[in-house]
Amino acid sequence: MTRESRTPVLEVRDLRIYYETPKGDVHAVDGISFVLYQGETLGLVGESGCGKSTAAMGILQLITPPGRIVSGQVLMDGVDLLKLDERTLRQMRWSRLALVPQGAMNSLNPTMRVHQQIEDVIRQHQTKTKTFDRSQLKPRILELLSWVGLPERVYDMYPHELSGGMKQRVCIAMAVALHPGVIIADESTSALDVVVQRVVAQTLLRVKADLGVSMIMIGHDMGLMAQMVDRIVVMYAGRIVEIATVEHAFRNPAHPYSQVLIDSVPTISERKPLKITEGITHDPRNPPHGCIFQLRCPFVMERCRREAPQRREIRPGQEVACHLYEQQPDGSYRDVRDTA
Amino acid sequence: MGRIPRQYLLRRLRIFILTIWASATLIWIIPRLAPGDPISAMVGQMSQAGGYVEGSEEIIEGFRARFGLDQPLPIQYLRYLLNLITLDFGYSIASFPTPVSQIIGQALPWTFGLLVLAMTITFLLGNALGALMIWTHTPHLIKVLIPLGMVFTSIPSILSGLFLLYIFAFILNWFPVQGAYALGIIPGLNLPFILSVIQHGTLPALAVILVNFGYWALGMRGMMITVQGEDYVQLARAKGLNPLYVLYRYMIRNAILPQITAFAITLGTLVSGQVLVEYIFGYQGMGKIIYDAILARDFAVIQGASFIVICMTAGAVMVVDLTYPLVDPRISHGGE
Repeated sequence: MTRESRTPVLEVRDLRIYYETPKGDVHAVDGISFVLYQGETLGLVGESGCGKSTAAMGILQLITPPGRIVSGQVLMDGVDLLKLDERTLRQMRWSRLALVPQGAMNSLNPTMRVHQQIEDVIRQHQTKTKTFDRSQLKPRILELLSWVGLPERVYDMYPHELSGGMKQRVCIAMAVALHPGVIIADESTSALDVVVQRVVAQTLLRVKADLGVSMIMIGHDMGLMAQMVDRIVVMYAGRIVEIATVEHAFRNPAHPYSQVLIDSVPTISERKPLKITEGITHDPRNPPHGCIFQLRCPFVMERCRREAPQRREIRPGQEVACHLYEQQPDGSYRDVRDTA
Repeated sequence: MGRIPRQYLLRRLRIFILTIWASATLIWIIPRLAPGDPISAMVGQMSQAGGYVEGSEEIIEGFRARFGLDQPLPIQYLRYLLNLITLDFGYSIASFPTPVSQIIGQALPWTFGLLVLAMTITFLLGNALGALMIWTHTPHLIKVLIPLGMVFTSIPSILSGLFLLYIFAFILNWFPVQGAYALGIIPGLNLPFILSVIQHGTLPALAVILVNFGYWALGMRGMMITVQGEDYVQLARAKGLNPLYVLYRYMIRNAILPQITAFAITLGTLVSGQVLVEYIFGYQGMGKIIYDAILARDFAVIQGASFIVICMTAGAVMVVDLTYPLVDPRISHGGE
């Protein structure tokens, strides 16, 4: 896909989400901006607690107290979702923006049969032009189930009668029931064993390709990400440090944090000690002045403590927020370590 | 789900009967562990009150033979069990020779009617309010008012009963002060009687509801907090479903499950649980006869009433066990 032909379907601008605590606000998501293009799969990665799930919930407007969206815009077809009233937002949910939730274990209502849970969302969103009566609903739901590779008997089952992988596939079937434009998959494959993970991931990809939807995939399985996504957004402590195509991100990650993250993917040929040995070190209520990664960065400079780096495109398809890359008079970027 | 397997039903019935047998044996043994026996105690009281009682020895012997206390213990025990099966609890000692079963038979329907209704209303009201305390769409005013209403929960039922009597019966004169129905009305299926029963039952029922609804509301509130954080509730919101539908189908439906179990146990014990309410309102139910029996040391009535309470608790628990798979599909009776 050439860069010119890409049309944005979802745009996040300077989104800030804070959690209120007695000792001050936790800056869970602190001014993130990115664009999701038509038909693309965007991976959102980062260690636990970096705010990736909070960001997804923010886009879906599912932040509940003590969390709150402080500022920002979430644009879909030019409409800011954060400014919609309750009613319009409800109509827009699922029909335009669907979620494949985190943790297959508890995402389905234990007291409802599988078909009832798919049925209610179809019924809720039926319009005058698109109505289903009972006789049409059942074949439609069976079609969805077979689409994600589930047998017909699942239709009448309760969630506790399904395995984790089957539940996750029910969730995928549910997500595509209304042909949404964007699907957010929040750690959809974690808590599953490796084989089932791949099956679920492949189901997700196939459904995505069939429907041509755009997808934001959140996770920390770098191996899976490498196979599934087009571009990767690397988050650290509520901020985006790098956005790169999957090739750039894995071959030559630019941000020091992306570098340790990629380096921590284990390989069979080489056993190496883990480079990431600690979590986010600063107090999330009081992030350090300047670069967010300065406390753990092996290349930290004087300048990093003074000013926060802006995200710039250092080469086509790779944006990074780091002072290590300096613009040259000819417009290209150069790693300052090369001369030092 | 669906049909109850026969094997399970039989096993459950066996446990039910065993429970009742064990507790029936206990209420038979406990009074006999005490020194002396009811008859000598009674005659002892008579002689205390009236000085020397003429022919007290003969009276004691006569009563002993009448109540079968002259037989050896195993025989007494067997007779006791046989009598229980035919619901024959013997004769009341205080109001001899009325059979205990007749006393209980007259009181039970009143307690049942009043308390089952009151407890059901309490349960529904308490759970609804508890759920509303958590729901994000509840109007602010209601969220403030519910905790205020809980004040009644910390007032003992005697006080709230007296308070209701004073306001509504004595000052406002809206409701009668005493009894289960007005004197001079013939009990039966006629309109004046039914109206009178409702009129007499309102205040006692209100006393029960006021005191107990907070208990259910707090329990429900706790469960709702847990359920609110579940992934499926968040997914339901992401699905853009109607908030009211999410509230009852996704939240309350799951939060209420443990409450149902607790409710069954409450239903079993309510017969003895509202003694004071019945006493204050002069309501001729089980609470009242238990109270009177304790005052009069009427062992036969106490024993009979205890037995009924035990049967009802065991029965309620059994019904919940048998029907629970209908409300929670994750529970099943095991394969057939």
